[in-house]
Amino acid sequence: MGIFDPVKGFGVTFGMMFKKVATEEYPEIGAPAAPRYHGRHQLNRHPDGLEKCVGCELCAWACPADAIFVEGGDNTEEARYSPGERYGADYQINYLRCIGCGLCVEACPTRSLTMINFYELADDNRQDLIWTKEDLLAPLLPGMEQPPHPMRLGDDEQDYYVNGPELARGRGVPEQETVETDTEEAVR
Amino acid sequence: MTVAPEKSDVDVPEGYVKLTIDGEEVVAPKGELLIRTAERLGTVIPRFCDHPLLDPAGACRQCLVEVEMNGRPMPKPQASCTMTVADGMVVKTQVTSEVADKAQQGVMELLLINHPLDCPICDKGGECPLQNQAMAHGRTDSRFVDKKRTFPKPLPISSQVLLDRERCVLCQRCTRFSDQIAGDPFIDLLERGAHQQIGTAETADVLDAASHTSESDSASAGKSASAGGQPFQSYFSGNTIQICPVGALTSAQYRFRSRPFDLVSTPSVCEHCSSGCAERTDFRRGKVMRKLAGDDPEVNEEWICDKGRFAFRYATAEQRIRRPQVRNAETGELEEASWTEALRAAADGLAKARDGKGVGVLPGGRVTLEDAYAYSKFARVALRTHDVDHRARAHSAEELDFLASRVAADGGPAGGGVTFADLEKAPIALCVALEPEEEAPAVFLRLRKGARANDVKVVHIGQWASPAVEKTFGELLACAPGGEAGAVDGIAQHAPDVDEALRSEGAVVLVGERAAEVPGLPTALHRLAERTGARLAWIPRRAGERGAVEAGTLPTLLPGGRPVTDADARSEVERHWGIEPGTLPAEPGRDVTGMLNAIVTRDLDGLLVGGVDLDDLPDPALARKAFDAAGFVVSLELLPSTVTPYADVVLPIAPVDEKSGTFVNWEGRRRPFTVTLDGTGALADSRVLDTLGVEMDADLFTQTADAARGDLDRLGAHEGTAPKGTSVALSATKVPPGASAEPPAPGDGQALLATWRQLIDDGSLQIDEPALAGTARRVVARMSRATADGLGDHVTVSTDRGSVTLPVEVTDLPDGVVWLPGNSPGSKLRATLGAGHGAVVDIAGGDR
Repeated sequence: MGIFDPVKGFGVTFGMMFKKVATEEYPEIGAPAAPRYHGRHQLNRHPDGLEKCVGCELCAWACPADAIFVEGGDNTEEARYSPGERYGADYQINYLRCIGCGLCVEACPTRSLTMINFYELADDNRQDLIWTKEDLLAPLLPGMEQPPHPMRLGDDEQDYYVNGPELARGRGVPEQETVETDTEEAVR
Repeated sequence: MTVAPEKSDVDVPEGYVKLTIDGEEVVAPKGELLIRTAERLGTVIPRFCDHPLLDPAGACRQCLVEVEMNGRPMPKPQASCTMTVADGMVVKTQVTSEVADKAQQGVMELLLINHPLDCPICDKGGECPLQNQAMAHGRTDSRFVDKKRTFPKPLPISSQVLLDRERCVLCQRCTRFSDQIAGDPFIDLLERGAHQQIGTAETADVLDAASHTSESDSASAGKSASAGGQPFQSYFSGNTIQICPVGALTSAQYRFRSRPFDLVSTPSVCEHCSSGCAERTDFRRGKVMRKLAGDDPEVNEEWICDKGRFAFRYATAEQRIRRPQVRNAETGELEEASWTEALRAAADGLAKARDGKGVGVLPGGRVTLEDAYAYSKFARVALRTHDVDHRARAHSAEELDFLASRVAADGGPAGGGVTFADLEKAPIALCVALEPEEEAPAVFLRLRKGARANDVKVVHIGQWASPAVEKTFGELLACAPGGEAGAVDGIAQHAPDVDEALRSEGAVVLVGERAAEVPGLPTALHRLAERTGARLAWIPRRAGERGAVEAGTLPTLLPGGRPVTDADARSEVERHWGIEPGTLPAEPGRDVTGMLNAIVTRDLDGLLVGGVDLDDLPDPALARKAFDAAGFVVSLELLPSTVTPYADVVLPIAPVDEKSGTFVNWEGRRRPFTVTLDGTGALADSRVLDTLGVEMDADLFTQTADAARGDLDRLGAHEGTAPKGTSVALSATKVPPGASAEPPAPGDGQALLATWRQLIDDGSLQIDEPALAGTARRVVARMSRATADGLGDHVTVSTDRGSVTLPVEVTDLPDGVVWLPGNSPGSKLRATLGAGHGAVVDIAGGDR
């Protein structure tokens, strides 16, 4: 052991002061997560605010933890929630069961169900951890309108699916963004 | 080219052939379709159009296989669903033949060219043969890059059935079903070639706008009549939804409700008519989502009627009684109470009434065997009376004797009773006072099947050539309502050929519940059966009636068909029930009308009522008067009914989905079912009566359905000097031949009323089903041209109680007869007219 060794130790400590800090200031400053982190789910909307969910239950079928409950409903001329015939009338995800695997997102045929970065899923009772459609639906962005309302962007559901990206641009969603990643942005 | 194995040691019996499938030798009965022979070997050939109960069509071409005959291969793959087996045939399915596999994949690719692939929003998704077989026998990619053919969707072809033509693969199962099984002009193939599609006369009009506009102006006669003039309607349309191998036909009721993997399925038995069809009940989260036809070749084959399929939401109706109610003595209002409190009140009231003038029991005709037994035993043990009668409909003393001697003594299928299979092979089936399509649709389907396949001669003694008469290729022996007895007695004179046929082996006579309304008819039928040797079957309308006869809920019968008047039978029952010898009264009790009259004259104090609607009783006014006068009324009900306002205690009971039990169908066949929705807390009648019995110090031992049935079975059937076939009881009514009075002659401005209930009407088990109600037949008054002369478009039929006004439809009725549906919207005859089949009514031109 040399005579300068204690000083060397201080040197290391001193040197660290000029390095980038790895500490995350949580919870004071945000809840960081990688962009593709499997956080909570979000039910996305078409650019005019209609729901993308068609109530097909493929997410529930894919779910290995049986965390998702869906019941379909029939769109009528008076009350339309999604383009086409069918919409998800009841949608629940039980976060006590969800293992965040993302198979539901892969199963979703309309890209209605995606996951966002939000992961603060803790509560003091079981009931509140069953998230319903109101909790899961994406917020209304500018240009969106709370359903039920008629199809604003086309005559049938084909127009919504075929022209989706252009419609989104037309409603003011920026070039590199898709509608469904917006909340991810907001949390970060 | 495969060569069949040279030597084989397989014996080929007479009527069989030997062939080779995928290198395996197999013996098959002559005439068997290749696709079934392969299936027996365990090779499932993909198919859409093939259905075992429909004639082969070869429409979808999905089942192609390679076939070799006499060592020469056929030049192209063959459809195995239309080709029958032949000796020495060598067949290679997709398992061993690349040609067959490639052909099947090609057909699948073609079928999917115009398919919208909208599985996520399709009700069939998850249980779809097209989905499954596309996964198993299709290619992963399609080479089709052009625009798909589209149609507007969905197209309602009735209020219940929705058609999506984009998904259709034109297998023609639905059209063949409508044509062959149901016989309804419901749905058919339209257009040709690439434009071929399924549709109805109405959708055809949409296609052909020119004909539509020219027709629509003239078609003011009736909106529900299609342009072709044929009413667009079927009682069996739900079956097409079930057999559709894709999602082209879906039901409005089950639309988007759930996926197959959500559902828990239970086998069940239909509670609507006396056929006892096998069903499959699917529920999700404690709620029944749908009912499907079960497969029971002995009873309903694979078909059920729309009522059995779609009418089940009564059990989840808003107004269902969930908690016991007791009438508050001060306010006079029914108030919810605890079970303990309500049972105490009911027991006290019943005991008091019993110790006074007595209590009558009206279980109603929709009880299970076990529940009927509980009512029967409760009446005898706890109330010490034979005043019990389940016949909440027109009834007569003569019918009672008929039931005792002909029905209770009939041993069911095991004892040589008439069965569904007998209907199919009978040389003749004579329907008397029975409208099979309206009252027992499964019987109608069998009669039609027999008439198509085996030339069963179906003869109807009725008033007009109803759709059932036409669709069974039947012969109508028309008579005036009330004149059925004369028509039966005189059959040898006015229809000697029918009389001759009735003498042949296997001849069958089917009687409906309407027979009770025609004086002399039960006796006349008994005489006819004795004279010709034809077998007689009683086909009531309600599911529980036959079981109730067995359980002894009749004033003259104890359980097991034991006559009340037989001392040995009484003491046998007393011993079995462990009650004091001599407790059971020796005299028969009162029937429904007798009980109601007794209440009015203060000879009876209380009533214990099951599922009875006062408007079903022969005289609703008398019933209301009696219920008003009754000292104490206990009602065991599911839904608030016409009895509820008079009830002192209302005890809620379980619907069939929430209990187990047994229905005895008209054949006498037991149709047991288990509980579908477990743990709802709803109690069966038998359980409620058992507890009520305990409160009254009488042990029924009917806590569970199993216990009740066990108790009944240990008692067994009557073996004493039965009145079986000897007509002791019937001759006692002393109605000599010919004395069956001629129906009264209607005067000027009068007519005889003919009536029966339509399958889909205002029945209390059909509430909350708007889509089903939309498929009901039109409510019209039918009469002959001469009778309708001068009445105009509408007729008002009236009695001194009230009147009914309906549109007139000229039909082939005898003159001076008017037919009205019994319980349809706007035509509730008992409630408004207080009249039934055979009554004289006033008719006048109505304005509406």
